[in-house]
Amino acid sequence: MLAPLMNGLMPGAGPRARVALLLALAVLLLLPLGVSDYILSVLILCLVFAYYGQAWNIMMGFAGQLSLGHALYTGLGAYTAAALFVNLGVNPWVGMLAGIFVAAAAAAIIGFLGFRFSIEGVYFALLTIAFAEFTRIGFNHFDWVKATAGLFLPVAQRDFNDVLTLRGRPIMFYYVLLAMTVLTLVICHRLLRSKIGQYWLAIREDQVAAQTLGVDVFRYKLYAVMLSAGLASVGGGIYAFYYNVLFPDTMFALSFSIEMTLAPLVGGIGTLVGPIVGAFILTPLGEVLTALTDELHLGGLKQFFYGICLVLIVVVRPTGLWPWLYRKLRLDRGAT
Amino acid sequence: MTDLLEVRGISRSFGGLRAVNDVSFAVPNGAMVGLIGPNGAGKTTCFNLIAGVYKPDAGRVLLDGRDVTGFRPDRVCHAGVGRTFQIVRPFGGLSVEQNVAIGALRVTNDVAAATRAAREVLDLLGLIARKDQQAASLTLPDRKRLEVARALATQPKILLLDEVMAGLRPTEVDVMVNVFRDLNRQLGLTILLIEHVMRAVMALAQDIVVLHHGEVIARGAPEAVVRDPAVLECYLGEEAL
Repeated sequence: MLAPLMNGLMPGAGPRARVALLLALAVLLLLPLGVSDYILSVLILCLVFAYYGQAWNIMMGFAGQLSLGHALYTGLGAYTAAALFVNLGVNPWVGMLAGIFVAAAAAAIIGFLGFRFSIEGVYFALLTIAFAEFTRIGFNHFDWVKATAGLFLPVAQRDFNDVLTLRGRPIMFYYVLLAMTVLTLVICHRLLRSKIGQYWLAIREDQVAAQTLGVDVFRYKLYAVMLSAGLASVGGGIYAFYYNVLFPDTMFALSFSIEMTLAPLVGGIGTLVGPIVGAFILTPLGEVLTALTDELHLGGLKQFFYGICLVLIVVVRPTGLWPWLYRKLRLDRGAT
Repeated sequence: MTDLLEVRGISRSFGGLRAVNDVSFAVPNGAMVGLIGPNGAGKTTCFNLIAGVYKPDAGRVLLDGRDVTGFRPDRVCHAGVGRTFQIVRPFGGLSVEQNVAIGALRVTNDVAAATRAAREVLDLLGLIARKDQQAASLTLPDRKRLEVARALATQPKILLLDEVMAGLRPTEVDVMVNVFRDLNRQLGLTILLIEHVMRAVMALAQDIVVLHHGEVIARGAPEAVVRDPAVLECYLGEEAL
């Protein structure tokens, strides 16, 4: 029964890759059982960044469009769902659906401006930063979402898990995020094997050549940006209900946008599993460094060592850790 | 024969330079026409005007009687124009097969069908053994073939070839010439080629258009054109005559 299911989910993957995927999934399912609250919070953070990384990777890794303002989309998703819930009592999932539209609309505007007026590469990235910053400043004066005072979600009923209203203990959020991450993995895998994914890769490699082969570059880039933003917004929505506190200065922070790019960067930009691998390496690494530097009374040095580790990984494995792991584990065997 | 491609008085300037000035020519359906001229004559600019990379300042481009002037490159491709780039532009990070399949996706939405079509084209151009190789790792002659394969995969009515023979050995030129001749005879593919390798031009083109300083200075059958004094002068200089 499992074989056809796997085949449907992951066509073309070799037997070793499938076994590895099942094993990884089993580990991820069992991992949070019986761990401390602290470890669980780290695991949830891993999944948050894995998921954000997957969303960002669609735009940069597949379609080659650099965004350094993805906090805009996660922030819009978080604020839309949270504000609708707090102010109007709208169900979180309905709110997240609204968040998808808001984020995709914002992406469409940025994409339209960038792609219609040929703002490319670094300049496009600056445009994405600019929009995230406008929004951060705007939300600081937006009273409906409580502006700088911060939007707080009621945390009264945390003793039981209710996925439908997204109220419950952290472990519920772990599994919700895991489901989202797996779902996104399947979506990305499917997309890459379809016309839209192939066109994205063509655009990433050479826009001029792609256009000459009949690719409507403007339209396909817009698809990538909107899908990336929509997925990111859902992650933001779930994060909002997990974290329960939203401030514009943290939700739309430039540093947060940049942090989102690190997992795919380390795991392997443009690969399917890279963002997940990267997140599960970087997040614990950051935590370990925090613990170590605290222990040694070197508090401020955590960022310094984190930076050094990042540079080392990028220098040693410039295409990311996942492609290297993939070869080392011989997962390519039998793939079609 | 009706004209598949008709270029009517197109002009284009870059700053003060008239790269192409009032150029007109036609490519009949099923024909092979050569576009020659010294470096800087405006041949590639002509291609770019036809393929939609630049909009002409003046003039019209008609494909199958339909005005495609100023169309975006992807629209021109959908209208039935396939083109190669003189400076090759492979999708370096993708496999050879993927490169060609992306071209084939113009006519289908199914990646599997596009991949099958890509293999046929690769087979035709002698690249099938390299299908799983990264395009960036190909040699220059193979990259030139890949350019042709990719353009062919879009199933164009007319193929614009920009110096695809450059850098090939004479035997390889002959192989390419045969490929185009077969495509032309068997599938009725119309071809407009920019070429410096006269061996190829003479073997393929029924008609030649000669550009110099952005203007047409001669046209006609190959044998007549290569004896035309104006052509000899622009290639060899006045003293040589």
